[in-house]
Amino acid sequence: MTTRTRRRVVERTMFALTGAATAVTLGILFFLLGYVAWQGAAAVSLDFFTHLPAPVGERGGGMANALVGSAKLLALAAAMGIPIGFLGGVYLAEYGGRLAWLVRYAADALNGVPSIVVGITVYALVVVPMGHFSTLAGGIALGLMTIPVTLRTTEEFLRLVPADLRDGALALGAPRWVTIVRVVIPAGARGIAAGILLALARVAGETAPLLFTAFSNRYWSPGVRQPTASLPVMIFTYAIAPYDDWHRQAWAAALVLLAVVLGANLLARAALGRGRPA
Amino acid sequence: MTAPPKITVRGLTVRYGTTVALEDVSLDVPAGRVTALIGPSGCGKSTFLRCLNRMNDTIPGVRITGDVRLDGEPIYAPHVDPVALRRRVGMVFQKSNPFPKSIFDNVAFGPRVHGLRDRVRLHEVVERSLRQAALWDEVADRLDRPALDLSGGQQQRLCIARALAVEPEVLLMDEPASALDPIATAKIEELIHELTVRYTIVIVTHNMQQAARVSDITAYFYLGRLIECGPTERVFTNPERPETEDYITGRFG
Amino acid sequence: MPQHTDRTYEQALDRLRTSVLEMGGLVEEQIAHAVRALVERDSALAHAVVTRDHTVNRLDVEIDDLCIKLLALHQPAGRDLRLITTALKITTDLERIGDLAAHIAERALELAAEPALKPYIDIPRMADLTRDMVHRSLDAFVREDSELAVAVCAADDGVDKLHEQVFRELLSYMVEDPHTISRAMRLLFVSKALERIGDHATNLAEMVIFMVKGRQVRHLDRLPREL
Repeated sequence: MTTRTRRRVVERTMFALTGAATAVTLGILFFLLGYVAWQGAAAVSLDFFTHLPAPVGERGGGMANALVGSAKLLALAAAMGIPIGFLGGVYLAEYGGRLAWLVRYAADALNGVPSIVVGITVYALVVVPMGHFSTLAGGIALGLMTIPVTLRTTEEFLRLVPADLRDGALALGAPRWVTIVRVVIPAGARGIAAGILLALARVAGETAPLLFTAFSNRYWSPGVRQPTASLPVMIFTYAIAPYDDWHRQAWAAALVLLAVVLGANLLARAALGRGRPA
Repeated sequence: MTAPPKITVRGLTVRYGTTVALEDVSLDVPAGRVTALIGPSGCGKSTFLRCLNRMNDTIPGVRITGDVRLDGEPIYAPHVDPVALRRRVGMVFQKSNPFPKSIFDNVAFGPRVHGLRDRVRLHEVVERSLRQAALWDEVADRLDRPALDLSGGQQQRLCIARALAVEPEVLLMDEPASALDPIATAKIEELIHELTVRYTIVIVTHNMQQAARVSDITAYFYLGRLIECGPTERVFTNPERPETEDYITGRFG
Repeated sequence: MPQHTDRTYEQALDRLRTSVLEMGGLVEEQIAHAVRALVERDSALAHAVVTRDHTVNRLDVEIDDLCIKLLALHQPAGRDLRLITTALKITTDLERIGDLAAHIAERALELAAEPALKPYIDIPRMADLTRDMVHRSLDAFVREDSELAVAVCAADDGVDKLHEQVFRELLSYMVEDPHTISRAMRLLFVSKALERIGDHATNLAEMVIFMVKGRQVRHLDRLPREL
């Protein structure tokens, strides 16, 4: 065949292949969302959000304690992960220095540690000395996982702030730290906020570390020194149990979790999209 | 009547690593006048400019030797605080760099950093600076809008207002109009004329005609050395050095 | 000295120099022909000189236009600026010299109609001197040679002295015999014209000195010792 025809065939084939791959990807995503939504929507009810789990075997009940538990865990993770990650990122971006590569490497390594390993580490360091599972331990585990992403995101977005903004502030007679606090960080704030949201959204769904740290709880878990129920662990527990009712509730929990994660993603995207990284 | 020069430079040499950016430059910047630094790319004029407010300090590995004095006081002495120096010697950059804040907050940034909190005084300072930069009439009714919404020429005048807000004695301008269209450029040049009443101005430009239009003194740099420095009129009609003559007549060899 | 990076600019400046030389050469010829027409009582030649003055004027305008164009388009500085502004002024003086040569030719026409008053000695000498001054000034212009230009300024004294001599001689003729007055007066005009040509040629030289040295020496009584 002529070159022109061959070229056209190749182009059409490539277009078809890449288009098909995109369609498959989107299809899987929508299928997943749709399936979960379909399964979960049936089970989601006011009870789900307000009642404690019913005794084993009984129908009904809800996951109110898991919702609150997940919220507390996230709050603890944020309280621990955000300050450390953020300040570490600021250090890397603004002060650099000879140890910067080491800090960066450590953060990336921590990011790559399997979540279950984080879990058993915190088990050994927190749960064992305490003598029991606790929300605190779960929060620490999730916090450890939040640090690397927050740190790297903060660093990346601060680096994106153009040097001439820093120069402009310095030239006005602003000391270094004032420049960082009042010009650079505000300029990178949107991106950093988006990154933090995404980091939290990710750890919200982590299950493995919670198995050894927060464990689970059929009842409310006051304070932070007691084990607590959480959405991912409940999904795990209910899904493998033999009760249909529990299966439905697991789907509902999955839907809620998915909604939270998706919501965070959309928020992050909106924050990034509207703002300019200075 | 000759007033003493505002800035005196003797034997200034700047090195980064093995590169010598400036070699043995000596020059006087007269007070209340516009001094233009011209020369081809990479000749060291911007480096020289940034030595005057110690902005080169931020470059890793830089070594600066020589004597630079502002009103007779050396600025590279160990006891000198670069932050305080930069309050007296302000700078406007080639590409306008307004902060992603409101117009008001941009101009008020400098005074706020230096401790001014009184709202009323801040407003006065902001208005005065914007008037001096010939921007007040255009933005008086939208001081709270983002600075980045302004046009390129307006943003540059905003940066000038921001620099003026801290009431410096010297204003350094690094190719302030190179990114602007002719009308915006003309406005900036007009502004420079008006500012010389109160400020000493040093301007780097690669546009010879702009240097000729705007400055009282012209200094020609080439490959890190100061070749010639003199009254603009003389440099452009009858320069002393053949290198200067070649540059201004377009004989680039 | 290196060439201009912009070749068309370099060529335009060359064209400017050439045009000035051309105008100068033409004007020198006009002086020579006008005086020859006088001495040889050649009316045809005198007419030719008068007509040729139009060419001189045309060149003046052309060179002016070229200079203005160069100023507008190239923003010249330094020696280029001085070259162009000098060229503008040189052509003015050359055009005046051309006019004066045409006047001489007109007087020649009038004198040819009457018997000769006296043999012409000083006037041709003045013509040679002034032609030489113009020639050397333009030479100095092209070669950017200020010393040559200085020499031209010195030569004007000779022209002035000759004019004095002619004046005294013609005066004595007029006193002796009133019938010679009209012819003598016409010859006096010619001598005066040549003296003024000498002055204009000196202007040319002074402007060349400015172009080369960058210092104004015009309207000074004497050239400064050190240039």
